[in-house]
Amino acid sequence: MAFELNGNTYETDEEGYLVNLGDWSEDVAGFLAQQEKIDLTQNHWEVVNFLREYYNDYQIAPAVRVLTKAIGKKLGADKGNSKYLYELFPYGPAKQACKIAGLPKPTGCI
Amino acid sequence: MNESAGGVDLQEETSGTVKKFMFVNRKAPYGTVYALEGLEVVLISAAFDQDVSMVFIDDGVYELVKGQNTKAIGMKNFSPTYRALEGYDIEKLYVDEESLAARGLTTEKLLVPVEVLNTAQMAELMDQQDVVISF
Repeated sequence: MAFELNGNTYETDEEGYLVNLGDWSEDVAGFLAQQEKIDLTQNHWEVVNFLREYYNDYQIAPAVRVLTKAIGKKLGADKGNSKYLYELFPYGPAKQACKIAGLPKPTGCI
Repeated sequence: MNESAGGVDLQEETSGTVKKFMFVNRKAPYGTVYALEGLEVVLISAAFDQDVSMVFIDDGVYELVKGQNTKAIGMKNFSPTYRALEGYDIEKLYVDEESLAARGLTTEKLLVPVEVLNTAQMAELMDQQDVVISF
């Protein structure tokens, strides 16, 4: 599968995740968010940017439980809980936030 | 009424069965898929709240060596992922003393903190496990 944006073609897998991590840009993130019917706010960007940093450090997308804990450590307990993350990404921070951040689907996504 | 009874059953089912799982890594990180697959299984196992430990023996100790560069073989360098294990609450990492020494390695050359065990200690630890899975 693929989509077009500003004259460029981007390859995705059958679930809509970017195939090439290097294709990601803020515009691409905006487009992927739109597909998920999410308007990206500052709070969304915080999580998306966190995920990109995490991937850069560890070369994996974190499991939801690990993400929740790590967000709590970095951004505070009011954000490090699944209620907050699911409010931002109703179909799951793993599925939606990772997709918008241009990461592969998390390992251990059960 | 049925619903609350179901809840109680679930509680009993999930709380009483923590097993000791040991994942044994024996292969060099690249060339075969064992190391990467083994690591992924360990990361998935973390979701089940079990008592998980990882052991590195033989060429498996190479999986943990710092400064891996995979550019020339065109494979992804997944070694940074071992540093994520702590965040998954997998902190029991053991390395075989002889395997390390035979390859001229020391713990300072490894990516993560590990406990070094001699053969007898390793055997004892394996004996204590409920499940041992080798990669």
